[in-house]
Amino acid sequence: MTTILEVANLRCVRGERQLFSDLNFSLSPGNALQLTGPNGSGKTSLLRIVCGLLAPTEGEIRWQGSNIRSLAEEYSQSLSYIGHRNGVKEELNATENLRIANGLAGISLAPTAVKAALEKIGLGGREKLPARLLSEGQQRRLALGRLLTARTKLWVLDEILTSLDRSAVALIQTLIGEHLQNGGMAIIATHQELDLSAGSLQRLELAT
Amino acid sequence: MKASSPLSMFRWIVVRDLTLEWRRRTDVLSTLFFFVIVVSLFPLGIGPDMALLRTIAPGVVWVAALLASMLALSRLFTSDFHDGTLEQLLLTPQPLYLIVLGKVLALWLLSGLPLALIAPVLGLQFGLSPNTLLVLVVSLLIGTPVLGLIGSIGAALTLGLRSGGILISLLILPLYVPVLIFGAGAIDASIAGLSPQANLSLLGALLAITLVFAPWATSAALRISLE
Repeated sequence: MTTILEVANLRCVRGERQLFSDLNFSLSPGNALQLTGPNGSGKTSLLRIVCGLLAPTEGEIRWQGSNIRSLAEEYSQSLSYIGHRNGVKEELNATENLRIANGLAGISLAPTAVKAALEKIGLGGREKLPARLLSEGQQRRLALGRLLTARTKLWVLDEILTSLDRSAVALIQTLIGEHLQNGGMAIIATHQELDLSAGSLQRLELAT
Repeated sequence: MKASSPLSMFRWIVVRDLTLEWRRRTDVLSTLFFFVIVVSLFPLGIGPDMALLRTIAPGVVWVAALLASMLALSRLFTSDFHDGTLEQLLLTPQPLYLIVLGKVLALWLLSGLPLALIAPVLGLQFGLSPNTLLVLVVSLLIGTPVLGLIGSIGAALTLGLRSGGILISLLILPLYVPVLIFGAGAIDASIAGLSPQANLSLLGALLAITLVFAPWATSAALRISLE
């Protein structure tokens, strides 16, 4: 199968410490990569490098053959990132959060689509509540809503399963499964076992 | 998927920031009150010496405007930085330049603009003539966006630092000096019965330059701050 995302000879130095070097992997449609490793081993740094938020010390990331640095915004269009912080505005309610996040990504959502997405992530009936009043887990679910509506090719998920209950964990696995089945790709940093219904899962362990 | 246009993206970011600012309107009002109080303290402290008040009016109003806009600046990126939405904004498929421009515009609409509109009322306390009051408003309308644009660079550079607020002042206030000189100069000229046009034109030139370069510098600073 064709390789879409290619990570070549990546080296990352943060401060005085080298987190990893000579890191290589590639992803093709329907593939997911699970990233494990002890705290401080550079999982988040790797994910941020893949997103283009952080510049690698050495090496490059290629998307469909070209360096993501030169693709810039074109690459952002195919990518969704959920980091440690949810990217949810506490002053806005769930509907506004989803609509604005999508509007900024260039997608105008019909009210029915927003409602459907919120139902699916288990926030039905809480559409008008300011996100400040949602629990940690519910805010996390709201962040997931972005993945549902944005329909990007590559999902980059950092510790996505923290502060989620069992039904939400199952929901995420279903979502990732569906995403892979539709030819999507995902990079997931988590220590929990992932049980995906479709697609193939590679593992990458970062050492300290 | 619908392709995104820069314009719709710009609209979204302005609407977003206006909504957010409106939900926290105490912050908006406190900036405005700060401006009103600082300017009003001078006539109270100096007494009814109209000639003296008229002399100091341009400087007082403009210094108060600088300080008030500094207050508003710390709001520009901090909350977005802390809840992770700034990262998301960096990953949107549009140039960061537009995002910065949209955010500064939204901030100005709720800090600089009300400040310029309320200024004539405050100017009355200093015994300024109607003609001079008009110049005061125009100079603030041209000058306050410049303050926001220059200030956004400082706000982006000090993002995530512990004593960011004080550092912004140290970084940015020196850069505000030209705006202060030409802004106050325009009002001075009008009080002296001269044409304020030269000063206003220079303010306009500053606005044009900062409109082009400041968002660009701010974008670069944001990328560094988020690394």
